[in-house]
Amino acid sequence: MRRAYPTWFAAGALALYVVFILLPSLFGLGFAFTDWNSYSSEVNWVGLDNFATIFDPNGTYFGAIENTVIFTVATIAIKTVIALGLAVLLTSGVRRFAYLYRALIYLPAVLPMVAVGIVFKSVLNPDTGMLNLALRSAGLGFLAQQWLTDISLALWSVIGVDTWKGVGYIMVILIAGVVAIPRDYYEAASIDGATGWQAFRYITLPLLRPVLAVTTVLNLLYGLRVFDIVYVLTNGGPGYATSTVYTTVFDSFGLGQWGVATALSSVFVVVGLALSFVVVRLMRPSEVD
Amino acid sequence: MLPVRSFRAAITNLLASLAGIIAIAPIYLLFANALKTQSDANSMSPEPPLSLQWSNFATVIDQGNLVIAFLNSALYAFGSTILGVLVAALAAYVLARRRTRWHQILYLSLIMGIALPTNYVTLTKVMQMTGMINTQIGMIVLYAAMQLPFNVFLIYAFIGTVPRELDEAAYLDGASPIRTFRSVILPILTPVLVTCGILNILNVWSDFINPLYFLNNSDNWPMTLSVYNFFSQGTSFSGAGGSNWALVSADVVLSILPVIIIYIIAQRWILSGLGSGAVKG
Repeated sequence: MRRAYPTWFAAGALALYVVFILLPSLFGLGFAFTDWNSYSSEVNWVGLDNFATIFDPNGTYFGAIENTVIFTVATIAIKTVIALGLAVLLTSGVRRFAYLYRALIYLPAVLPMVAVGIVFKSVLNPDTGMLNLALRSAGLGFLAQQWLTDISLALWSVIGVDTWKGVGYIMVILIAGVVAIPRDYYEAASIDGATGWQAFRYITLPLLRPVLAVTTVLNLLYGLRVFDIVYVLTNGGPGYATSTVYTTVFDSFGLGQWGVATALSSVFVVVGLALSFVVVRLMRPSEVD
Repeated sequence: MLPVRSFRAAITNLLASLAGIIAIAPIYLLFANALKTQSDANSMSPEPPLSLQWSNFATVIDQGNLVIAFLNSALYAFGSTILGVLVAALAAYVLARRRTRWHQILYLSLIMGIALPTNYVTLTKVMQMTGMINTQIGMIVLYAAMQLPFNVFLIYAFIGTVPRELDEAAYLDGASPIRTFRSVILPILTPVLVTCGILNILNVWSDFINPLYFLNNSDNWPMTLSVYNFFSQGTSFSGAGGSNWALVSADVVLSILPVIIIYIIAQRWILSGLGSGAVKG
């Protein structure tokens, strides 16, 4: 029977995969230990020098790694909490228009990030932007901020915009998970006198664990790679306050510092792979059935 | 009992509509300001336009080089999707049917690509070596490769639900493997291929980083890059506060209109496809 399924059917996929995905990653692991740059055609082995540069706690590279970690952890937490709330709301609370709300809240997820960045450039403008105008007209003028140019705030503004765009995607996945939980459990619980919160805490949440693992991994992989929104909103600034791994790689690439950029990317490849492995394991359903 | 329930219902409906409004408010801003005069659109205010400036669209199509950009985006999105989904379906089919250790390893290595961050520095080198950099065919092939791991993952899971007897019967009746795949398997795979296709098209249409690295000739730019270029030039050339938000909005609206239309047409596929993929996986 095996002749019905010739392995060469997979040849096209494997060729594309090897050339454009595997090869660059493997190359990267090698070039990470060199002084590869745009100024000389010579490539010399420099051992761990690039990694020393990257992990210098006072350097710009390390700052970018820190920002990326903050961005990733914050967006995972915020998106998951809001999306979970909305998923419960739209599956049990709201009856009318539930599908419409779901479709509207997902809409930002299909928009190009560049378009989103441009709109929020205007919305977050300190003088004329809609956010500050709305705060002032609501008598909350003291909350109006220099959203994108305040060093301590800029990264959180980027996180906010990214949440606006990405929360619908996570919500849609969680809704599918909530809907898949058998209704009988909730009926039994309510007969036993469980409150809405108890039903959520002891039925919804544990049974949603595998789905939450999926959304966490998706958020994680996305968060580590964040680029577009930072590039358009702040381009890493003010200073290096919002620079991330991918924007830093882009800058170093532009400056011709290929060796360091490759080392940073390679750290990233290893971390990304290891983390998603760990998360999938951690959140695998264990005692709960 | 009744007042409490209707109070709760009111609160939940209020929250849901609030979330809906927050989700579409910035999109509304774009559409409203795209139709205003330059001075009215200066602060991107939420007021509806006083008189509809349809000419804004004609202006940006002309100044922003949008016709070429639109055709490029469409070429990349559809070209890479057709190539990527077809190649992924072929691979997923044999890898799902042949359960040897080697085929498992091949499958797992392909799937690993979902988690593998791209090293753009070395990828640039590879694009140069293969002559793919700065070419339209290069973007199509690259996008097809980048979408591959996720496509294989979704299609492989779907093939697991298709009974083996179907293709075995066709093969025993004398159909060649290619014919079996084309006339028996492909039709059954239609739902998952459509889901993959829509997600691919949306992803490629929105992509920004790859053209930024690999296309320096503006004749090959997709919508995202040309819109960004139009926006950043507009703000830098006209000085403080002088950027023409009416034209920028019109430009952005034209770039998001295709994805919004695709979304409206295909929302059921997208909303259900996403969820089922993740919940089963």
